[in-house]
Amino acid sequence: MDKDFISKEQKKLLKEIMEANFVLVETNLYLDSHPTDEGALRLHNTYSQRYKELLSLYEAKYGLLRYTGMSGCPWSYINEPWPWEINFDVI
Amino acid sequence: MWIYEKRLQYPVRVDTTNPTLAAMIIEQFGGADGELSAGIRYLTQRWTMPTNQAKAVLTDIGTEELAHWEIIGTLAWKLVKDATVDQIKGTPFEAHYVNHGKSPFPHNAAGAPWMATYLNSKGDPIADLHEDMAAEEKARATYEWLINISDDPGVTDTLRFLRQREINHFQRFGEALRIVQEEQDRKKYY
Repeated sequence: MDKDFISKEQKKLLKEIMEANFVLVETNLYLDSHPTDEGALRLHNTYSQRYKELLSLYEAKYGLLRYTGMSGCPWSYINEPWPWEINFDVI
Repeated sequence: MWIYEKRLQYPVRVDTTNPTLAAMIIEQFGGADGELSAGIRYLTQRWTMPTNQAKAVLTDIGTEELAHWEIIGTLAWKLVKDATVDQIKGTPFEAHYVNHGKSPFPHNAAGAPWMATYLNSKGDPIADLHEDMAAEEKARATYEWLINISDDPGVTDTLRFLRQREINHFQRFGEALRIVQEEQDRKKYY
C-alpha cells in the first residue's frame, strides 16, 4: 500500500541493528544503577561489538545513520528512508 | 550533547488509516504524562542530582523518552498520512486538521497545547525522583487506556512495547532513589 523506500535486505539489517541497540539501551540503564554487575557488563560489551559491526556494515552499504560516519559523494546521510517512512508491516 | 541515529527505536507498524485513533495517540505526544513531558522533565532535573548513578539514569531515560516521542509522532503520522478529507471530517481529528493539517503537534487528545507546568524540577533529588516514579506509572496507565481503545493491531503492538518501557523506567528510578537516600543517610552520620 505504501511506497517502500528500502529493500527487504536493507530492512532486515536495519532490524538487526535495532535489536542489538535495544540490548544496549537495556544494559546501559541497568548498569547506571548496578555499575559493578559483571554479568551485565559482559552482555553489554558483547552487544557493543555486535552493534558496531552491524552499524558499519549498514552504513557502508546503504548510507549513514549517524552524521559521524564517512560518506562518499553525495552525502549519504540524507538518503531515504527517514525513520517515519519505513513500513515494518512487510518484512 | 546528543547524537541522532536515523531510525526508530522500535519497528512501528500501522495497519489502517484511522484519524480518530491518531487524535487519541496524540495524548502521548503533547499530553501531561506524554513522552515530551517525560523527556524534558528528566533531562531538566539532572543538574541538581547528587550521585553519578542518578545523573546517568536521568540522562539515559530522558534520552530514551525523546526516541519514544518520535515513535508516537510516527504512529500519529502513519494513521493519517493517506486519509482523505472525507475520512477526516466528523472525526475527533478534524479540529487538529484545520490548524495543523496532518502534522503532529504537541497537544493532548482534547487539544490543550503542551505546557511546562506538566512537570517540575524542584532542585531536591528526593522530590524529583518521586515525581519521576509517579510520572512513569501515569504514563503506563495512559498506555493502558490507549491500548483499550486501539482497534489497530500494529498500533497496539507498539503501545504495548512503550507501556513495558514505563515499567522498566519506574524500576530504574526506584533504584536511583534508594541510592540517593543511602548517600544522604551516610552523610548524616559522618
